[in-house]
Amino acid sequence: MNFSSSFFDYYTSVRPITMRESAIENGHGIDAPHGTTIVALRYRDGVLMAGDRRATTGNIIAQRDIQKVFPADEYSLIGIAGTAGLAIELVRLFQVELEHYEKIEGASLSLNGKANRLSSLLRSNLGLAMQGLAVVPLLAGFDLARDHGRIFSYDVTGGRYEEHDFYAVGSGAHFARGSLKKLFAIDHDLDSAVRAAVESLYDAADDDSATGGPDINRGIYPLVYEVNRSGVREVSPDSVLEIATEMLARRSNFPNGGER
Amino acid sequence: MSVPYYVSPDQIIADKAEFAAKGIRRGRSVVVICSNQGVLFVADNPSRALHKVGEIYDRIGFAAVGKYNEFESLRVAGVRLADMRGYSYDRADVTVRTIANAYAQTLGSIFIEAAKPYEVELAVAEVGDSPKNDQLYRISFDGSVHDQSQFICMGGESEAISENIAREIAGDMSLTAAFSLAVRSMRPDVESAQLTDDLEVALLDRRRPRRTFIRYGSAELADMLN
Repeated sequence: MNFSSSFFDYYTSVRPITMRESAIENGHGIDAPHGTTIVALRYRDGVLMAGDRRATTGNIIAQRDIQKVFPADEYSLIGIAGTAGLAIELVRLFQVELEHYEKIEGASLSLNGKANRLSSLLRSNLGLAMQGLAVVPLLAGFDLARDHGRIFSYDVTGGRYEEHDFYAVGSGAHFARGSLKKLFAIDHDLDSAVRAAVESLYDAADDDSATGGPDINRGIYPLVYEVNRSGVREVSPDSVLEIATEMLARRSNFPNGGER
Repeated sequence: MSVPYYVSPDQIIADKAEFAAKGIRRGRSVVVICSNQGVLFVADNPSRALHKVGEIYDRIGFAAVGKYNEFESLRVAGVRLADMRGYSYDRADVTVRTIANAYAQTLGSIFIEAAKPYEVELAVAEVGDSPKNDQLYRISFDGSVHDQSQFICMGGESEAISENIAREIAGDMSLTAAFSLAVRSMRPDVESAQLTDDLEVALLDRRRPRRTFIRYGSAELADMLN
């Protein structure tokens, strides 16, 4: 009799082969698409996560409109950078893991519980990460017990670190973080927070070739989700479009942002 | 050397069936009923924590009567099967028929092979895009499956309650009408102020995207009756 509430534990007990692939000798030779920049920041009502839409394979753009930010459950968001195929699978597994626990136990995991669970799922991928197929997620959620948004970052070994206020992962993360450092304010309303996220992704795309900027011709803009007391919600593409358009107009006069 | 008594297979099965039916008759009742807003589960259950009604998957719900530990392990197995299928294939590939079949197989083999049959009766339901596409299955302790339309009633007073419901049920009932019919049929002699005490109520809400299962609190129930 198996008393675990974990879908992953159950899955590995009945499908041991598929979850423990170790046939790959050296993943560095594999040309798999990579996802790039994800940002998360807290604001007045909770926390927000946004991602650019580009996936790259070496110097080639593999996909222009990939989704890299997902609702994990009703009160948390997960964004992913790294090997896209494995990362999206990790998201799927994490979503089922949370839902499975909720259905079996009749209650949701605490936000700390979700963050720890993601750690152990990530650690199970360590073998592949060592071979060059790394996945780096970013978790953001609304902690109902503490009544505020929280952000957790991870390393490839499953290390879990709680971040204050804002964070970014992926190839353009350094530039996005530098940008957020100037733009973040905890009392931002949703619109100002979305603006900060969109600007920081623009700055990442400006200096990192693997991060995609707003694509006006194709109508592809960053994907933005927010989570607050009332749950997860996608920020409407129309309002992201409006904010991005306004930013692009401003940046045509001030390409580095700011007013000079 | 003593010779073991011969007991005919008919007798063994009759004894087991009587044993299981007796266990189920002792329990309180559960009604599953279709309405235009979705499939409604109404259980007579004084416990707030030990549920008789549960979520299996996006559009599939579960209800049971009988021994708690037995149907709880079946519920967990159902959630595992559904999540496993949804993860391996796609969310759209999890159907109530698969779940009902798995329960039938499990209960059927337990009934034949185990010394003691499970003293449970299960209902699984899938909400469709309209009431005529709702699917209700009742699975008995011996693994027999009944595909029912409009409503299922199980547990101690199930025959009397079924008669009450069958007399008044209509094709396209509102959620409040279905709830009121279920409660009045389950509690014909109870005053209206106490009607919603000790009830566990949940709905597979047809209008919700993805996970349709929601539970109702006692305040919402009183509102629904008025």
